Formats: sequence, C-alpha cells, structure tokens
Amino acid sequence: MKISVIITLKKDVLDPQGKVIHQTLNGMGFENINEIRQGKYFQIDTNENDKKKAEEKVEDMCNKLLANLVIEDYKIIESQ
Amino acid sequence: MNSSVITFPGSNCDRDMDVALKKFGFKNKMVWHNDIEIPKSDLVVLPGGFSYGDYLRCGSIASKSKIMQSVINFAKGGGKVMGICNGFQILVESGLLPGVLLRNKNLEFICKNVFVKVNNKDNLYFKNLKRNTLEFHIAHNEGNYFCSNEQIKVIDSNNQIALYYSDVNGNINENTNPNGSIKNIAGIFNKEKNILGMMPHPERMIDPALSGEDGSIFFENLINNLK
Repeated sequence: MKISVIITLKKDVLDPQGKVIHQTLNGMGFENINEIRQGKYFQIDTNENDKKKAEEKVEDMCNKLLANLVIEDYKIIESQ
Repeated sequence: MNSSVITFPGSNCDRDMDVALKKFGFKNKMVWHNDIEIPKSDLVVLPGGFSYGDYLRCGSIASKSKIMQSVINFAKGGGKVMGICNGFQILVESGLLPGVLLRNKNLEFICKNVFVKVNNKDNLYFKNLKRNTLEFHIAHNEGNYFCSNEQIKVIDSNNQIALYYSDVNGNINENTNPNGSIKNIAGIFNKEKNILGMMPHPERMIDPALSGEDGSIFFENLINNLK
C-alpha cells in the first residue's frame, strides 16, 4: 500500500517561513491571501496490504519519528 | 573525572569539546554513535554540529541512534548529560528535555557572542559559579526555544530554566533575545537538574587568545562540582 501523510505545524506555533512566503507572494501581486502555513508531505510505500494495519503502522511512525507532537500534527490523506 | 563525548555523523564541535574537557582535567573518551554502551562516565556530552545534515528536524535522526538508548538509561539513572547546540536539539527530540527548538524568528543563521544570565545555581552545573552572567558564543539556525503555555508554567515552577539570553548586566528583554525563544530561554534542565541543554557554546570560550575565558570559568567550576 502507498500511504500519504501530511505534517502541519499546530495552530499556535509561529511559522516564520510561511510568513515570508506570504509576504513574497503579496509582493508578486497575489492578493487576498489570509495566511500561509508550510508543512511536510511523506509518501510511504509498504508491503502491508491490509489498509487498517498499514495505516496503524504509519501512525506509529508519525508518533515516534516523522512528527514532533509538541509542535506538529499529522494526517493520513490517502491510502491506496 | 571521566567524560564521554558522543560523535554523530555531522557533529562538528565534538573535538572542540574534547579539547575543552581535557584542558580542565576530564579524562575524556570519544564515543561513536553506533556503539551500544557509553563507557563509565561522570559526564556525557552531546556536542554541537549538524547531525545527519539536520534532516527531518534538527536532532531527530540522531535521537534514534544506537548509542542514545544507553545515554537515555544513563540520564534516567541520574547521570549527568549535557547537550550543546545540536546536542540540545537531540535532547529535546529524545524526550529527555521538554519543548522543541524552532527555526530562528528572523530566519537567519546567527553566529555571534552573546551574554547569558544564569537563572539557577542549585545544581551541579552552576553551583558556586562566581559570575551571574557569562559571555558565550552562539551559532545556530534553529535555536528558538518553544513549548506550550502549560509546559512553560511547569518548567518555570520546577525552576528548570538554566540560562536566559541577557545583556552584560543580566537584563533580560526583547533586545537581548537573538532568536525568538520563549522568555529568552537559552538553556534548560530536566526536573531533576542532571540533564542540561543549551544553545550557547562554552567550549568556544576557553582561550583568551582566540575568544574569551567565560567557558573556562564554566568548565573549571563544573569539574570542581563533580569531584
């Protein structure tokens, strides 16, 4: 199965990179942007064919390494 | 006094730390990240650098290396563990210290001398230190200490803040905060005060001809406290 996960900064964590990207886009003429938050994307290809088991394994990976839960949240967005 | 400095792939302050520890009387051993056991030590140091090229998050990959299980067991048994810069990042990623180190607020790599104010001398790292402020060097991209509001209350009430960024007189304010850290935090302890993590580099301040001597004051005091 291929599992896709996104990692995003928690709501109250400052994202200076997102802020700079926002300002740059404004400078380029892109208007009406409220906010930009930068995140990470992982695609994990596993031999596990059972969807539930594969997702559980990926959640374990996120809890232990891929995300730092002090500042980040993760979400599985696709399993196929 | 025996000490161990752990070298990870990408550590670059490990040999500076070795020089500093030996200069003030430690019998130091260098330990490779792939080893299983740390040698018998009175102090274990996780040095600065860019372990694993700062991949994923600074310190995150190193915090899972083989030697870390031994370091964690040593620390949980009351052993003294000090993490400098990247070593501090490894300590928070391994869960030995609370919080996290974010990208500097101004998005710039900061490389300069700073003053830090010692907040707590009721521990073996700073006990009997004759100075209240020290001039150390910082060189980091991710030194912006962050934790949740609830966590900072716990850290504060347990007196876990070790060092604040300050001016030469110990004044702590926005102007003396180089990287956006909560409350100007430059270093913290665990609850028991046997683990210390800090962004500044005392090992870069041990030679008056090259830099300064405030690191010498720190290391001399440290080895006397450990004896």
